[in-house]
Amino acid sequence: MSTPYAKLPAWADYGLIPLINLSVAFIVAGFVVMLVGENPFRAAVILVEGAFGKGTGIAFTLFYATTFIFTGLSVAVAAHCSLFNIGTEGQAYIGGLGIALVCLSFDSVLPWWVIFPMAIVAAAMFGALWGFIPAYLQAKRGSHIVITTIMFNFIAASVMVYLLVGPLKPVGSQAPQTRNFLAGAELPKLNWMIELFGAKIRSAPLNICFLLALAMAFLVWLLIWRTKLGYEMRTYGHSPKAARYAGISETRIILTAMMISGALAGMMALNPVMGDQHNVAIDFVSGAGYVGIAVALMGRLHPVGIVLAAILFGMLYQGGAELAFEMPAISRDMIVIIQGLVILFAGALEHMFRPYIQALFASVSPKSVGMQAVKGKGA
Amino acid sequence: MAQAAIELIGINKSFGAVRANRDINLEVTRGTIHGIVGENGAGKSTLMSILYGFYQADSGEIRVGGKPVSINTPNDAIALGIGMVHQHFMLVDNFTVLENVILGAETDALLKSSIAKARSELERLEREYGLEVDPDAIIEELPVGLQQRVEILKALYRGAEILILDEPTGVLTPAEADHLFRILKQLKEQGKTVVLITHKLREIMAITDTVSVMRQGTMVATRVTKETTVGELAELMVGRRVLLRVEKGQSEAGAIKLSVRNLTVKDSRGVTMVDDVSFDVHGGEIVGIAGVAGNGQSELLEAISGIRHAVSGEVMLEGKPIDLTGKADPGELRDRGLAHVPEDRHHVGLVLAFEENENSILGYHDDERYLKGPFLNVDAIMADAKDKIEKYDIRPGNPRLKTANFSGGNQQKIVLAREMEQDPGVLIVGQPTRGVDVGAIEFIHKRLIAMRDQGKAVLVVSVELDEIRSLSDRILVMFAGRIVGERGPEATEGELGLLMAGVEHQEAAE
Repeated sequence: MSTPYAKLPAWADYGLIPLINLSVAFIVAGFVVMLVGENPFRAAVILVEGAFGKGTGIAFTLFYATTFIFTGLSVAVAAHCSLFNIGTEGQAYIGGLGIALVCLSFDSVLPWWVIFPMAIVAAAMFGALWGFIPAYLQAKRGSHIVITTIMFNFIAASVMVYLLVGPLKPVGSQAPQTRNFLAGAELPKLNWMIELFGAKIRSAPLNICFLLALAMAFLVWLLIWRTKLGYEMRTYGHSPKAARYAGISETRIILTAMMISGALAGMMALNPVMGDQHNVAIDFVSGAGYVGIAVALMGRLHPVGIVLAAILFGMLYQGGAELAFEMPAISRDMIVIIQGLVILFAGALEHMFRPYIQALFASVSPKSVGMQAVKGKGA
Repeated sequence: MAQAAIELIGINKSFGAVRANRDINLEVTRGTIHGIVGENGAGKSTLMSILYGFYQADSGEIRVGGKPVSINTPNDAIALGIGMVHQHFMLVDNFTVLENVILGAETDALLKSSIAKARSELERLEREYGLEVDPDAIIEELPVGLQQRVEILKALYRGAEILILDEPTGVLTPAEADHLFRILKQLKEQGKTVVLITHKLREIMAITDTVSVMRQGTMVATRVTKETTVGELAELMVGRRVLLRVEKGQSEAGAIKLSVRNLTVKDSRGVTMVDDVSFDVHGGEIVGIAGVAGNGQSELLEAISGIRHAVSGEVMLEGKPIDLTGKADPGELRDRGLAHVPEDRHHVGLVLAFEENENSILGYHDDERYLKGPFLNVDAIMADAKDKIEKYDIRPGNPRLKTANFSGGNQQKIVLAREMEQDPGVLIVGQPTRGVDVGAIEFIHKRLIAMRDQGKAVLVVSVELDEIRSLSDRILVMFAGRIVGERGPEATEGELGLLMAGVEHQEAAE
């Protein structure tokens, strides 16, 4: 008997368990808030209201979520091929370089709807290149992708520092960033979408990259579960030996998966660069790549889960900023602790409550865990 | 009347909705070898796990030596003198034998006196039971047969009076299995009680005093071994009559479909595993390769199927040469009509985390039947999977079910269905029925013979000598990487056994 616990129905597996994990994370976070002498219930109200209470809050939440959808998808695509891409941070950073080159070259002559597709391609290509090198080293030289992608984050940071204080910096400027893009490289905002529902928005960076991110989530689902390439990636991800048996080239599949992952990471840069800042500044990625790892894990590597997890993290970012503003005892670092707790309970300790819930289901309603058809009928 | 070492009374155990054990009653007499047989999933392992304290029964009573006991952890079981040798060894690979034996039974922090005590105790046990093993050898350097001995020593060192062995011969060569049986008999003579869980009926007949049969979670019968037959036990296990030997007609060998000349293969450490091997397989015949595991059969299969690159050699597939040294690709071989059922279906032949329908195209996912441009043609794949499920009686017949949830026999059928339904010219099969239940064995053997009768060339590698003898039209024996003899299906077990052991025969050299 290799399955000591029966299976749960899908809604409990994908809905109830994450919800319980999340609740526990927030309860523990509540205790932390109590420790610093604030009222956890008021903190929770501020957090949620800050994220969803007003139109502007919602727009900011979705703006952050957009970034995390891209990085989450990037991590997930590689993970389906059992490659742990920790280099999303660097790939996004270098993707920003691609965008900068396109925007700086054409923003004075072309409209946004011509520049945007070019920038998407450039971001994807630059990100893919930054994913390609570690993938090549893994496939041909056996250098472990976790190590090389981490190192490539540092290389990316150094390259960008060099470029942003040197060649890409306007002459005479004191700031380590490119010149601001002209109107041709500014993406349309999506605030009207939220205003449709009657909310008011002062000014928020939510832009059409959100729609691009949702489209990418759909394309990633299509890729992973409905294409031959995705099938091959999953085969390799579950069992390299089975992939070899099936005639799938290890080199090709590692390179392809990492380039797609890098491309998605690179596209993340579109959101802050063209949608918000309208320039490329030092450290504009600011950890979104690492958040992507948590988002992908929490979303169970499924695009729908990733979109939901990205919105949750967007909420923590936006609501957390409000919280730090409203409650001086709660610093930015406290918000990081709360995020850490969410990652801990929803990611690392994902299965902690599973046995209890399964036992509960089995005793309350044995039929709901129905494994009868599977066992005991072997030929 | 002999005293009962263990009594299980009315044991029930459910996992969710699955009733793994239902009202099990079992009495094991002290100083006997008691066999428990049943198909995979019949509940044998669950029952023994309850006895060893891994699981707790939902209801029922356990008595050891006549006294009711409660066994909540393996430590309780050990304290009651119950030891268990698991199917998958629980040894620390890079520890010595001695270190493994005292692991968890250390008596002091510095280990010095523990080790000295253990050393003398081990020597005593080795003398008494014929369990020779070098106490200072590193586990990973020992062959599996010896590793198993260490497991037995571990149990005895902890004072086991009752020894439970779970499928002990699954990983052993015939010679190692024989040695194990001698040890078990010696243990019995010294008054120990042995419970042997297996699905191999021959072992039951050879060594046990009493045998209990389980089927679908219930104990269906207990027999005195001398008074029963293999046929009766098989019928009790499966619940219907089973053909133990395949019926097949004369083979009609046709043209050579697979020709191997001077094939040499090295493993990843650079050791030559297949040494200058040559043979042919004709259409319409089954060629069986017999041999003790580890004599190069696995590497031979891997090389011919393109998974492992050969060092040198010439191979002709359907009359056309194919380069297996360096450029071989399993996909290309598949395109050219070579189907392969690999030895290790869990890691190679299947992706256990996949749905059944996804596995039914593994390796053939390039085929345009299953594709629409770059996309998978889900409808076609599902229809194809359902078709195979029907033809090969794969149960449960749900193509959306995760492959890991199928029994061993049904998993093997998924692989066989996939490979056979591609209508290959050459079929190579590694361990066709390893870990497969009696009922499915019969089915698989019939299918292989049907392939042969359709004029396909079939190459079978198996460590089960019975299987090789009943399936093959010609038997090749491998020893130390070379083919040391060819025999017809009428060859006796003793004759093949000598060849497998590498005993040189002048006429065997050919």
